[in-house]
Amino acid sequence: MTINRRDFLKFSAGTGLMFSAGAAPARAAKTPELPPEAVGILYDSTLCIGCMSCMVNCKKANSAPGGALFHKNTAGQIPFEYPEGDQIYDAPQSLSAKTLCIIKALYTETAAAQANPAEQSKSFIKMHCLHCIEPACVSVCPVAALQKNPETGIVTYNKNRCFGCRYCQIACPFGIPMYEWEKASPSVVKCQLCNHLYAQGKYSACCEFCPTGASIFGKVRDLQEEAKRRLALKPGDVYAYPVKRVDGDERTEKVVDTYVNHIYGLSEAGGTQYLFLAGVSFDKLGFNPRITDQVYPDFTWDYVSHVPALIGALLVAGTVSRVVTQRLDKGKGDTDKADEAPDAENTP
Amino acid sequence: MKSKVVDGSVNLLSSVTRRDFMKFCTAIAASMGLPMTVVPQIAEAVTSPKRPSVIWLSGQQCTGCVESLLRTGHPTLETLILDLISLEYSETLNAGAGHQAEAHMAKAVEENKGKFILVVDGSIPVKDGGVYCMIGGRPVVDIVKEMAPLAAAVIAIGSCAAWGGVPSADPNPTGATPVYEILKPQNIPVVNIPGCPPNPYNFLSTVIHFLTFGKLPALDDKGRPMFAYSRIIHENCERRPHFDAGRFAEEFGDAGHRQGYCLYKLGCKGPETYNNCSTLAYNDTPGCWPVATGAPCFGCSEEKVGFHSPLFSKAKVVFPTPPAQQPAAVPEKGSGAKNFAYGVAGAAVGAAAVALSQRGGKGDGSSQAGG
Repeated sequence: MTINRRDFLKFSAGTGLMFSAGAAPARAAKTPELPPEAVGILYDSTLCIGCMSCMVNCKKANSAPGGALFHKNTAGQIPFEYPEGDQIYDAPQSLSAKTLCIIKALYTETAAAQANPAEQSKSFIKMHCLHCIEPACVSVCPVAALQKNPETGIVTYNKNRCFGCRYCQIACPFGIPMYEWEKASPSVVKCQLCNHLYAQGKYSACCEFCPTGASIFGKVRDLQEEAKRRLALKPGDVYAYPVKRVDGDERTEKVVDTYVNHIYGLSEAGGTQYLFLAGVSFDKLGFNPRITDQVYPDFTWDYVSHVPALIGALLVAGTVSRVVTQRLDKGKGDTDKADEAPDAENTP
Repeated sequence: MKSKVVDGSVNLLSSVTRRDFMKFCTAIAASMGLPMTVVPQIAEAVTSPKRPSVIWLSGQQCTGCVESLLRTGHPTLETLILDLISLEYSETLNAGAGHQAEAHMAKAVEENKGKFILVVDGSIPVKDGGVYCMIGGRPVVDIVKEMAPLAAAVIAIGSCAAWGGVPSADPNPTGATPVYEILKPQNIPVVNIPGCPPNPYNFLSTVIHFLTFGKLPALDDKGRPMFAYSRIIHENCERRPHFDAGRFAEEFGDAGHRQGYCLYKLGCKGPETYNNCSTLAYNDTPGCWPVATGAPCFGCSEEKVGFHSPLFSKAKVVFPTPPAQQPAAVPEKGSGAKNFAYGVAGAAVGAAAVALSQRGGKGDGSSQAGG
C-alpha cells in the first residue's frame, strides 16, 4: 500500500499550504478488515440479460419509507427520469439523485464488429455503491453523516447530519454519491444496500428481483468463495448458479460462459463488498483503470483529519481577529470622533 | 367417386372474386417479404393448370396442423386446399377411405413422380420396427422412406414432424423421430415449418414460393424458411418495450400481468424461439397468439425448447440488442484536451481584447480591431 511519490507531492502542493505544519506521512498501510457480518452483492455480467428489473425494483423499494430515495413530501412517489418529452420509459442515463442503481450496456455497433460477431464485445454492467471495506466517503465526511456499519459493513447516510460539503462526491473513486442539486435543501443520495429491508430480515431489491441470478445477495465471505468457484469453472460446463441469495435454495442451471480471470472488488480500493465478475475486460466496462488497490482513507485521512481542527482554528482566529479589530476600531473611533467635529464645521 | 380435385379442368376459382384473389396473392408476397412486382407472377402460378400435387402424410400427430390450415381466412378452405394445390391425399380430408384412398395415393405418386410435394405432419415412430403408427398395415416410417425420394420437395409441417414434438417428449416411448432424421441417410433435404401448430401462412407461403419460382425459399441451417424463422420472437414482441423498461409480470394475475407487462419471468420462451408469431398475426387474427393473451410463449416451434424444457422455467436469453436509450458502459466524451485548448484560446482572446480596449481607452481606439 504505497502512495505514488509524485501523486503525494502533487496532492501536498495543493493542500499542504492549508496546514503550516504539513502533512504527516501516510499511516502505515494495513489490510482492510471485513466486518464480521459483512453483506454484499456479487454481480456476474455473464448472467445479466439487461432486463433492468434491478433498476426498477431498486427505485420502488427505496421510494418506500426508510429507503434511500424516500422523501417526506413526495412519499410513495417513484422518482422516474424520463427522456425528453417522452413520459413512457424510466430511462436514467447515469447514476443520479433519483437513480441508485443503473444498468449500462457495452455494445459496439462498428462495421468491423458487425462483420465479425465473435469479436464484438457485448456485456451489461450494473453500477451502484460498492460499499468499500475502507470507504473514502466515510473518511472524508467531516460530520459523520456517512458511516460504515460496524456489523454489516453497509455504508449508510444520515441526511440529518449532512451539511452538504459534498466531500464524499469528490472522494469516491467510483463516482457514486450523487447530490440533489435541484433541491433547496439537498442531500447526498447513494445505494445503502437496502439497509431498511435488511433490518426487516429481507435483502436488497436488486437481488430479490433479478431473474437470472446475475445479482446475488449474501455474506461477503460466501460471495468471495462463490466468485472464486465460478472462475475455476471451465467454459461449457453446466453450473447451478444460485439465484437471489448465495445461501438460498433457488438455483438455475446454465452453461458457463468465458470469464475474465479477475474478481473486481476483491482488492480494488482496498476491497469492496460489491463484487463483479465479467466476460469482458473491466476497463471496457467503464471501470477507471487508475483505481488500484490503494486504500483511499489512508490517502485522505491525514488531510481530512485536520478539517475539524482547521475549522476550530479558523473560528477561534476569526473571533480573536474580530475582537481585536473591534477594539482597535473602538480606540481609533474615539480619536476619530474628536477629529470629526472640526471637520464637519469646515465643510460648506 | 369423383372428387373436385380429379375434376380439375373446370374453373375452380369461380367462387373467388378477383379482388379477394389479388388480395391473397399480395398477402402471400408480403408474408415472404417479396416485392409487389411478383404478385402477378404469384397469381399466374396459383391459377396455372399445372398445380403440383400434394400428398399429405400423417405420423403421430393431433391434426392441429391440418385444422389450423383449414381455418385460413383468405381464401377459404376449399379454394386453398383444392385450387391452389392439388391435394391428392390427406387422411383428414380424404373423400374416400381405406383401400380406395390408398389406391388413389399410389396412383397419384405414380403419375406425379418427381413433381409432387410431400407434406408430413406428425413425428415418425421408429421403436420396435415403427409399429406405433401404421397406415394401411404398414409402418409410417417405411411409407415416408419410400415416398420421399419420389417427391420434388419434402415439407415437415408442425413441431412433431420438424423436431419430434409432443410424442418425443421424455421418455419418448415410441421412439418418435423427426422427419429430417429419418431421411438423413437418404440425403433428402427437408423443409421444416415448426410450430404447434405453425402459422398456416408460413406453410402456404413456402408452397406458393415453390409454385412461383420452382424452388424452395431460402432456408436456415435447420431447414426453416428464413422469411419466417430468421428472428427471435423476443426481437419484435409487442411486450418487448416492457422488457426493456424492466417491467415484468412477477406472477400470474398480479398487477403487472394485468397491465400487459413482459412475461419473461413467468417462463416466456420468446427470447430463445425463432418464429414470426410477433410479426405475423396467426391466421389473420391479431391478438390471438399466446403472448398477446397473457400466456407466456412456451417455445413450441423451437427444437429442444417446446415439450422439452420445463414450462415455467426462465428462457435462456441471447444477448438482446440494448434499447436505444440505454446508457453506454463508457460514455462517449469529447476530447478533454481539445476542450481545454479551446477554453484557453478563448480566455487568451478575451484577455487580449480587454487589455487592448483598456490601452485603446487611454490612447488610440483603432487598436481594438486587432483584438
